[in-house]
Amino acid sequence: MDAIILQILNGLDKGGAYALIALGLTLIFGTLGVVNFAHGALFMLGAFCAVAFSRLLTISERVRDESVTFFEAYKEIPYLTLWYGDTGQTIVDWAVPLSIVLAIPVMVLIGFAMERGLIRFFYKRSHAEQILVTFGLAIVLQEIVKYFFGANPIPMTAPPALAGSADIGALLGASNISYPMWRIVYFLFSLSIIGLVFAFLQMTTFGMVVRAGMADRETVGLLGINIGRKFTIVFGIASAVAGLAGVMYTPILAPNYHLGMDFLVLSFVVVVVGGMGSLPGAVLAGFLLGILQSLASMTEIKAIVPGIDQIIIYLVAVVVLLVRPRGLMGRRGVMEA
Amino acid sequence: MSQSVMTPDKNMSKGMGRSPAESQAPKGEGLRGFMSSSRSDYLMLAIFALAVLTMPIWLAPIGAGYPDILQKFAIFGIFALGFNILFGFSGYLSFGHAAFLGTGSYAAVWMFKLLSMNAVIALVFAIVVAGVFALFIGYVSLRRSGIYFSILTLAFAQMSYNLAYSVLTPITNGETGLQVAGSDPRVLDRMFGGTDGRGVPDFFGMELQGWPGFYFCAILLILAFFVTMRIRNSTFGLMLFAIKSNQNRMNYTGFATRPYLLAAFVISGMYAGLAGGLLAVTDPLAGADRMQWTASGEVVLMTILGGVGTLLGPVIGAAVMKYLEQIFSSFNEGVLNRAFDFMPAGLQDFMVTIISPFVGDGWHLTLGLMFMLVVIFLPGGIMEGVRRVSGRFRRDRGDSSTRSSAGH
Repeated sequence: MDAIILQILNGLDKGGAYALIALGLTLIFGTLGVVNFAHGALFMLGAFCAVAFSRLLTISERVRDESVTFFEAYKEIPYLTLWYGDTGQTIVDWAVPLSIVLAIPVMVLIGFAMERGLIRFFYKRSHAEQILVTFGLAIVLQEIVKYFFGANPIPMTAPPALAGSADIGALLGASNISYPMWRIVYFLFSLSIIGLVFAFLQMTTFGMVVRAGMADRETVGLLGINIGRKFTIVFGIASAVAGLAGVMYTPILAPNYHLGMDFLVLSFVVVVVGGMGSLPGAVLAGFLLGILQSLASMTEIKAIVPGIDQIIIYLVAVVVLLVRPRGLMGRRGVMEA
Repeated sequence: MSQSVMTPDKNMSKGMGRSPAESQAPKGEGLRGFMSSSRSDYLMLAIFALAVLTMPIWLAPIGAGYPDILQKFAIFGIFALGFNILFGFSGYLSFGHAAFLGTGSYAAVWMFKLLSMNAVIALVFAIVVAGVFALFIGYVSLRRSGIYFSILTLAFAQMSYNLAYSVLTPITNGETGLQVAGSDPRVLDRMFGGTDGRGVPDFFGMELQGWPGFYFCAILLILAFFVTMRIRNSTFGLMLFAIKSNQNRMNYTGFATRPYLLAAFVISGMYAGLAGGLLAVTDPLAGADRMQWTASGEVVLMTILGGVGTLLGPVIGAAVMKYLEQIFSSFNEGVLNRAFDFMPAGLQDFMVTIISPFVGDGWHLTLGLMFMLVVIFLPGGIMEGVRRVSGRFRRDRGDSSTRSSAGH
């Protein structure tokens, strides 16, 4: 029982990442009608925003290490610590969550640039060409990151206050289950971002227009609403959501340049399982597949069906597409072809 | 701008309402330009064969006159030809074709290990295994179309890739890759006393390394080209083109399109299996990385680069891409410095700094940029570029063959 709870918890943070990427994919697909294969690259760029930001904060000065007396030893102390003492050190420790501040404007700008510079020329072209051009863009983006940050994964640390483990068992009234706190933070973070996006779509006039545009783009345009500009903003939002998912994921998985590609394939499967164009479907399928994947990696289950953890997501996708071709919550008329 | 990619020929729509019996008459008015007369086809085949066989001579000046790279041209030419039968003819974009390439390689190496180093047995087995595998995947994937189809094939390919790395390790030898060894049973070879334990694939005694290896691949490429040509000119090929231009209308007229698509999928899977088998013949080693989805993306790019739906395009695209890969990834700063030696020192440093991210390890950056540029500006690929240029010369004569590029 404990093992199952532990695996479900494991699935929650992974599912959170899937759900956030799939949410952005669905937003872009629903509004702009574009299949964006570069969305995983946006997740990766977000992760590297965190890397860049924490490097910026930890620009250091080499000082003599007084504690070593046998030979000349040096240690690196970030300027922030030198200047502001403990406050500075706290800022350095909290680099990953603080990167959100940097990541939001950067990712929104990247999103705008992508939409204005490339994607908008592909609205009228076939899905195959959209897939191909964004696939090319994804390769270019990941190679640029590789050029600047190298090919090796760059480990990041969670803030010390959140780096330890929490006793989940006590909360659930079960036996002692300790679980890394940052993963729980990530799950809560993804939930709140999802909540924000939904609130934005449901409660603001802008969101209403976007929802109307997803349902019937042409009519909304005929009503005199500049749908093009609205959709550019939607692309920026989707890009920021993917980026934030990447920023917060860095302490869980050390980012490397092909992180995006790994997540992209899975996120597409998530979107398809959830139902193309359905936002709740994307979120539901994200968490569902995340949890299923962790459950399948339990040794007891692997003993029955070897290798199931490697293929469970794809297997589920195949079964869902064959039994419910529109996905779990897909609507009639969306990508019926 | 995409007109010529998705709807290959304006003449097609006229020929659509015909019954199969009618459309079998090859020189129908509506089919002109699509089904060219067989004489010009055989001329093209002859020229193609000549060009392929003399590649060592005319490619030598650009530094590609050695067997290793020419083998790659031929093998990936076959792979792209097969992919084009599915994507180019029927418009179904598979993102998982590398799975069949990998399966073919594994099957061939297993034949080398178990039966004989004879390449023919290995290739036949590779084609059969890849075909059966494609039949299974195609049967499931083809129940959906459009982007769902792409993602289903991608899912299957990733599944095979993951399985090859984990559970199927007894068959695939995991990360090390499957290799031939001196201790392999090789039943047939032992029976006829032919084995010398060197582990070099042969064609009835002729070792397929270096130049013989290239000519073996080249002949198979010509054969594959011939088969593709026949497929394109057959009723079956016509059906695929019709599905591409309007599948709904095909269904409404009462054709069951799925069997045709499945056949195309299996055929193109068999081509991929042959290519994978040949990869194993020229270098008896099979690894799971051949199944990765980047490999699937590569064959898509080759086909697009050359020209989707054209006969010659995929082969040209494959050769161009493998050639660029070869030269770009072999460049380093030393080579660049020598190349720009004639410039003043400051300018030389500047050029080297600018270009070095794009070569060597950065070859993928160039690949991605090329991918984007081709899709953005030349969705019809090299063949369309050629047609546009030649169309400019022929415009005053009003030649009908330039009509398909007139939509731009």
